[in-house]
Formats: sequence, C-alpha cells, structure tokens
Amino acid sequence: MFRRKLGKTHVPHYKNTAGTPAVAIPTPASVLLPVAQHIGAPATVVVKPGDTVKIGDIVAEASSYVSSPIYASVSGKVAKLEKYLRADGKTVDAVRIESDGLMECRDLTPPDINSIDDLTEAVRHSGLVGLGGAGFPTSVKLDAAKKGGIATLVLNGAECEPYITADTRTMLDDGELIREGVELLLKFIPSLEKIYIGIEKNKPECIEKMTELFSDCERAEVVSLPSLYPQGAEKVIVYNTAGIVIEEGKLPADFGVLVMNVTSVAELMRFVKTGMPLVSRTVTVDGSAVSEPKNLTVPIGTSVRNVLAAAGVADDDIGMVLFGGPMMGTAICSLDEPTVKTTGALTVLTEADARRREPTPCIHCGRCVAACPIGLNPTAYSKALDIEITDDRMKKLEDEKIMLCMECGCCSYVCPASRPLVQNNRIAKVQLRDFQAHSATLKN
Amino acid sequence: MNKLTVSTSPHIQTKVTTSRIMADVIIALSLPAIASVVLYGLPALLIIVTCVGSAIISELLFNLATKRQQTVGDLSAAVTGLILALSLPADVKVWQCVVGSAFAIVVVKCLFGGLGHNFANPAATGRIFLFLAFAEAGGGVSTRFMNEAELVTSATPLELLKTSTFEGLPSLLDMFLGNRAGAIGEGCILAILIGFVWLVARRVIKWETPVIYVGTVFLLSLIVKGDLEFAIYQVMAGGLVYAAVFMATDYVTTPINRAGRAVFALGCGVITVLIRLFGSYPGGVSFAILIMNILSPYIERLCRRRPLGGVKNDKK
Ligand code: SF4
Ligand code: SF4
Repeated sequence: MFRRKLGKTHVPHYKNTAGTPAVAIPTPASVLLPVAQHIGAPATVVVKPGDTVKIGDIVAEASSYVSSPIYASVSGKVAKLEKYLRADGKTVDAVRIESDGLMECRDLTPPDINSIDDLTEAVRHSGLVGLGGAGFPTSVKLDAAKKGGIATLVLNGAECEPYITADTRTMLDDGELIREGVELLLKFIPSLEKIYIGIEKNKPECIEKMTELFSDCERAEVVSLPSLYPQGAEKVIVYNTAGIVIEEGKLPADFGVLVMNVTSVAELMRFVKTGMPLVSRTVTVDGSAVSEPKNLTVPIGTSVRNVLAAAGVADDDIGMVLFGGPMMGTAICSLDEPTVKTTGALTVLTEADARRREPTPCIHCGRCVAACPIGLNPTAYSKALDIEITDDRMKKLEDEKIMLCMECGCCSYVCPASRPLVQNNRIAKVQLRDFQAHSATLKN
Repeated sequence: MNKLTVSTSPHIQTKVTTSRIMADVIIALSLPAIASVVLYGLPALLIIVTCVGSAIISELLFNLATKRQQTVGDLSAAVTGLILALSLPADVKVWQCVVGSAFAIVVVKCLFGGLGHNFANPAATGRIFLFLAFAEAGGGVSTRFMNEAELVTSATPLELLKTSTFEGLPSLLDMFLGNRAGAIGEGCILAILIGFVWLVARRVIKWETPVIYVGTVFLLSLIVKGDLEFAIYQVMAGGLVYAAVFMATDYVTTPINRAGRAVFALGCGVITVLIRLFGSYPGGVSFAILIMNILSPYIERLCRRRPLGGVKNDKK
C-alpha cells in the first residue's frame, strides 16, 4: 500500500532515564487532588473535611458519562476543600488530604469481568484516563468498542517527546501486564482483527521485549517507527501503523480504530487483577536544570515541589517547569501545583533555556511546511490573522484547514525566525470556533 | 529561586537561525568569489567589496531614515550584495555597482517591507536593472588567462553560441574552470558546484531546484538542436548554474512548498531556453527567474498538498 511520508522533525531525544526503573518517592505530607484531571466534566466531591481515608478510597465520583472518579493516593485525613486554578484558567475544586505516613491500602477486590459491559463498568470505576497526556476517560473509549466495528487496536508506545521515558519503563518493567491487557481486550472485543504496537526505533529494547511477548499472538504486529517527532500523535501513529487516515472532525472509532497508550493498557490490567484504582504513576523528572534525571513513582496529587525535591533538583536552577515534555508540555506557575493523572513527566529547564529567541521576519524558507506532519502551511494562518474583514479571515482559515492542526509544535520548533506559529494557530482556532458557533446560533 | 517562566509550547527550538542560514550562503559563495579574483584580478575584488558594502549601507540608511528596526544583522543584505556582485562582468564601473546594489536593496526589498516581503529576487532584479540601464554592463571581459586570439573578440560563450559556426568557443574544460568571458563569479562552475554541495549538506536548500532547473535547460537544448555538445555548452554558458544554485533557491521569492519549488525550477528552465534560443538577448537567466518570481504565489497555491485527513470543504 502506498503511504505518503508525513512531515517530521528532528528533535533531540534526551532519553537519559530509559535505563532507570522508577523508584518511589518519600510519602508526601499531603496531597491535593483536583476533581478535574481528565477531559470531560469535573468529578463530584464525596468526602468532607475530617474524614479518614485509605489509599484507594473514593474522594470524588464521576459526575457524568464523560468524567472520571478520583481516589485517595495516600492514607490519612481529609484536611479541607480548596480551589485550584488550572493552567487553562479554570478554577476547580480540589481535596487536600493530610498523610498519616502509613500508606495503608483499602481492602481490594478485583472486579468480576464476564463481558464488555462489565469491563467498561469496571474501567469507569478505576479512574483510568489516557495516560499519554490527553486524559480522555478510558471507559468512554471502550464504550465505543461496545457498539462494534472496532477492528484495529493501536497501542501507542512511541513516546516521541524528548526526555520522557515513563512508557519506556512500563514496556520494560510491566510488559507482561500489557500483554495480558491486550488478551483481555481481544476476549471482550471480538471484532478486533489486528493489533499494532507502535514504538520508536530509538527504543530497541522495548521493541525486542514487545516482539517477544507478542510472538504467540498472530494478530499483533510490533511496528518500529522512525525516531522522529511526533510519531506518538494519534493521527500520525494510526497512519504510520495501520495506514488509516482519520479525517477532520472524526474520531479514530469512526474508522474502527481504538488507540491506547501502552501505560494505560498496563494500568487497566493492573486494576483488573488487583482492583486498585489509579492512585499513583511513573513520572520522569528531567530537563536541562536536572543534574540527576530520574523516574519516580509518585502518588497522584503530590506537589511539584515535593517531586522535584525527591529528584534532587536544586531550587536555584529552576527556570521553568513543564507538565509533560518540552514540545507539548504546559508551563506551570507555581511549584505548589499537584501532579495529576496525566503528568507523565516534569521537564525542568534552566532560565536560559526557557527563553525563546525574539521573533524576526518570516523568510519564507518552507521549513515549517516541510515539518508539519499533517501537511499544513502554518504561515498561512499567521497571514490570515492579519486579514481585517472577519468573514474573509474565517474563510481563509477554513480553506487552509486550521482545525487539523494538532499543536504538535514542529513548525515553531524548526522556524529559523522564531515565529510564534503554534501560538498563532491556537488563536486562529479559537477565533474560528467562536465564529462557527456564532454563525450556528444565527442560523437557528 | 526566581519566578517561574510561563510560556506556550513548544519550549525548545532549533539552533538554526536566519543569520546562520545567511552565513552558510556566504560561505557557499566564498569559493566563486575567490575564483573571480583569481580569474579577473583586483577589479573583481573591487566589485565584490563595493556591492556588499553598498548593499549593507543602503539597508542601514533605509532603516534609519524610516525609523525601522535595524536588520543588517541578519546578513541578508550582505548576501544580496554578494550574489549581485558575482553576476556582474569585470568592466562594470564602481558607481554602477553602487547604484545596482542600492536599487536591489531599497527598491526591490525594503520598499516592499523588507526581508521576507519582496516578491522579486533583489539580486536578479538588480542585475537586470544594470543591464537595461547601462547596456554595456551585461557582456563580458576576458580573463587573465586567455590567449591573444580569444582576447580579440572577448565575446561571451553565449554570444558565440548564437552564431551559426560556434567559432572561438572555449574548450569544455575552460568553460568548467571559468576561463572564458562572462560575469566574474559565474564562470567557475567547479567553485559553484562545491558551494551547492555545501548548501545541500547544511540543509539550507534542497537539491531539486538547481538540478531541475539545469536539467530542464539541458534536455530542452538537446531536443531542440539534437546536439549533445551544444546542450552541454548551453548548461555551462552564461550564469545558468550560478543562478540555479544561488538565485532560484531564494526562499522569499519562490514557492514555500517543495512541489511548488520543483515547478518553479521547471518553469525557469523552460523560459531560459526560450529566451536563449529564440529571443534577442543572449542571456535569459535573470529574466526567467524574475518572471517565475511573479508567478510564484500562484504556483504555491496550486501545489498545496492535501492535508492528512483533510476533506473538501463543500463535501462536509
Ligand atoms: S503545530 Fe499544527 S501546523 Fe504546526 S506542525 Fe503541528 S500540526 Fe502542523
Ligand atoms: S519556518 Fe519560519 S521563517 Fe520559515 S517559512 Fe515557516 S514561518 Fe517562515
């Protein structure tokens, strides 16, 4: 089958921690659990100050279909309910739990699973969300499989962001869980015909391990992807493994594809085996300000300050802290922010590295166009934003397919003139979305 | 600890900057520049210094006069001056160099908004301007290594190719090394090719544009005249290889997409052959590039790739 070569970018890998298994951090004195750590509606708090909780006790319930419950990640006492300002500017409720230092677990019973319904129901209670960073509730994804027609499962083990090795460690340390998890999915999603496990070439030990584990599974194929950013982007990995194009405005499920991050599958299986919901995760701590990069097992809700202290990062070196990697990560404003379910990495940059060069005029070099995996022309959006007449501007943006932009960062990375391309794309997308919503209301 | 820096992603960026790209172009141009001084002696050096100097000073003064941010630091003015200098013949007067460079920088580039906003290649346009304004500044002067018979005519190979007998054409080796009449920097194909390899190796340009441009000229000449030697002379004569490497690869005035750049190069090749074989001017390279510069935005639009997952707007 003919496959076009997608645009890609040579971004340094910095996989310094690939060889270091995760170690647990010292129990934090307290954790802060925001009720919105996922895409969808915030969960509803079900505890009150003074309650005692053990690890795995429910703290907030899923409030609607697209939502996810939150569980206590340390044992101790509910101290108070706080407000927490998320990076996107929304304020959400958060529960502060003071640890008693014992890390006691609730009695756990593995869920009884006999059908796909049991499975999605169980997953709904596990608090599991897409751990690759998107944070889409896993139960909702599996629900799509219930409707049938899911023929392809793509396991995302690309981990294309610089520094991060959380998924690498999952594949190496918990590969068996991934294998069993796939078996479980095969059992309950009978329509599955083909499984692709996409891993970037720069992780040969993971490719080897997965190939070995899946050698007895005829339907599975380990695909070694080029080590070029952004292989792990959903559309890119689906195209580069299964050869399926996800059209604009559609979901992978519309094309019979289920995409899951490898760590999500491992956690799913862990839950099915033990009944322990998602209360901790592996966090890579690395970046130019980190002298000894590490993988740490962190209770969800631990403050960034605690995690960095455990990793031995000196306060003076810290210029910028990112949730996630340097290409798509979000900068945080305070070290008191809690790590959440989707925090697979803390990238810490020195002040000098945090600064971007001043933009100079675009020299029309075409590097951004060549780099865009989707094949967009990022300069067109920046130009369109200068058009004064709204209708013309929106038409141009639509015509140039702004909505396909996945904000992967390739274009801004390669631009020799340091143009703020991704930033402009975000602005353009918001404008177009508002405009479309507005025209829709006008029509009705 | 000081305050945390907060900005939007991506948080890292490439080390390749505009000035590094321009510096690479200057490095690539340095060999043809050295060759020109070897071939033509001090007059060549004078031309180079004058053009580069007046290009930089023009931009400096323009920015001062219009109170714009100073941009000479990005080295693009120096590149324009150098490209123009090497495309001029050795007998061009110093004041003509000044006028040509100032025209290229002020009229063609700065008045359109500066770097990145000009639609026409400043160096190619500057050369055409000099050629049209002072008709004598377009032909060639003999090099220091020519024998007496050749010195008599000092006609450029392109002019000789226009005659029916081709008498007095330099040998192919002389053509390759630059021992022939013509512009100072365009003669030594060897030096230009090394510059080309440098630019490709440093990922400043893709190989396609020069190869397609020169290849088109070669094939068309071969087809029209059916004479292999004629086609080879056509490729080496005039400023073709030089312009294909240094002018047709200009970012600003060519399409932004790879396919578009290939079409652009093809178009340059066709127009060059048309002018050379059927037009009244012996050389057509700068005109071909200028014409294609004008068509560039349209080519760019036509050559847009369909984005992955993009559906036609009316189908939605
Ligand atoms: S951020 Fe958008 S426009 Fe830029 S490279 Fe990624 S998908 Fe393309
Ligand atoms: S990479 Fe930067 S300078 Fe080059 S075309 Fe894109 S926006 Fe312009």
